[in-house]
Amino acid sequence: MLTRRIIPCLDVRDGKVVKGVRFRDHVVIGEILDLALRYRDQGADELVFYDISASPQGRPADAQWVERVARQIDIPFCVAGGIRSVADARRILFAGADKISINTPAISNPQLINDLAEAFGVQCVVVGIDSQRVAGSWQVHQFTGDPDRCHSVPLSTLDWVQEVVQRGAGEIVLNCMSFDGVRNGYDIEQLRAVRALCPVPLIASGGAGTVQHFLDVFTQADVDGALAASVFHQGSIPIAELKVFLQQHGVPIRP
Amino acid sequence: MNARRSPLDVVLIDGGGSNIASVQAAFARRGVNAELSRDHERIGRASHVVLPGVGAAAPAMQRLRALGLDRLIPTLTQPLLGVCLGMQLLFTSSEESNTACLGLIPGRVQRLLEADCGRVPHIGWNQLQALTDAPLLAGLEAAAYAYFVHSYVAPVGPATVATCDYGGAFSAVVSWRNFHGVQFHPERSAAVGARILANFLELA
Repeated sequence: MLTRRIIPCLDVRDGKVVKGVRFRDHVVIGEILDLALRYRDQGADELVFYDISASPQGRPADAQWVERVARQIDIPFCVAGGIRSVADARRILFAGADKISINTPAISNPQLINDLAEAFGVQCVVVGIDSQRVAGSWQVHQFTGDPDRCHSVPLSTLDWVQEVVQRGAGEIVLNCMSFDGVRNGYDIEQLRAVRALCPVPLIASGGAGTVQHFLDVFTQADVDGALAASVFHQGSIPIAELKVFLQQHGVPIRP
Repeated sequence: MNARRSPLDVVLIDGGGSNIASVQAAFARRGVNAELSRDHERIGRASHVVLPGVGAAAPAMQRLRALGLDRLIPTLTQPLLGVCLGMQLLFTSSEESNTACLGLIPGRVQRLLEADCGRVPHIGWNQLQALTDAPLLAGLEAAAYAYFVHSYVAPVGPATVATCDYGGAFSAVVSWRNFHGVQFHPERSAAVGARILANFLELA
């Protein structure tokens, strides 16, 4: 049976892993490769590396560390940050990433999704969506890596999900912004709404604080994977214990 | 062809797939230097040949044809391992853009249907069900987990040695004469993948 995925997310800035709360106040928490190997050893099903300085600085993620990770890591990983062309994506994929994830550039240039799917196949193309409620409806946000430029765009999250899938997104990571970093649980309501109209794998992001939150998001929002950062970085939820808990509660999980 | 083979000499066919570096790294982690080549003579004298592949069937076959590799590969007699799309290319044809493939294993690769599976692509860790005691599966636990990322599948047939279930059974591991293939990514399947690559290198 296909298992649900536990996905630590590593925010990368200037070659180090950092963590902020609600995208702000980042502190360095370790070296990319050290953390990647640690999570692999703990049983992570996949890793996401998000180069948070790439997009605001107008450059793609650095292929050099991607290559280092690809040489050492034997589980899949996805790279996000500043990928705005087929050429950018090719550099990251050929450096060894299994998937690339685009967010702001997909909003500015939706055709990029089609072009990437055409060039590499939909299974390589992840679209990240930063979303939160604005005046009663879920709205897509842009430039979320940079607090000074972050703003909502006139785009309903539910419409955008359908559009990106139609254009060739093979997977969606929905980051529920107002839930991110505060550890009160995933945004079940929003994830359920997106799940209902999303035919490709959906990854929940933002809000994990306890093992129960993971169980809730799998059983109530039927997501394919759950992404989290701080609970793993700070060791408050060891991945191995999380997986045992989920398995005991009937969620299909790779031991 | 294949006149002189050194004891272990792995060549990755350079057909342009984007997972080549990762497959190469997986061999490097085993201390095996797998050379990338599109040279017929070089490929011919390798002890083991790997056909990686990520992307779409039609452009992948076009590249192989442009390099004459579509004619070379069927003549190879050493163990060959197709990975992901590389495995699908071993079959007769693919529904993906109605592509004629290498024709080494009978069968037509088909698209996964949302109606059967719920969600396509099939992405994640899923279980292998061994059908036989194939050497490629030696030492694996029952229902071992491997990492899959794909939208097309090869049907179960006489070459199938392990299946995977996603809205129905499909070929997860195939062996047909010296031609082998895995639909999942051994280079990204942790200990299970490492074991399968080690088993492949044991094949003679």
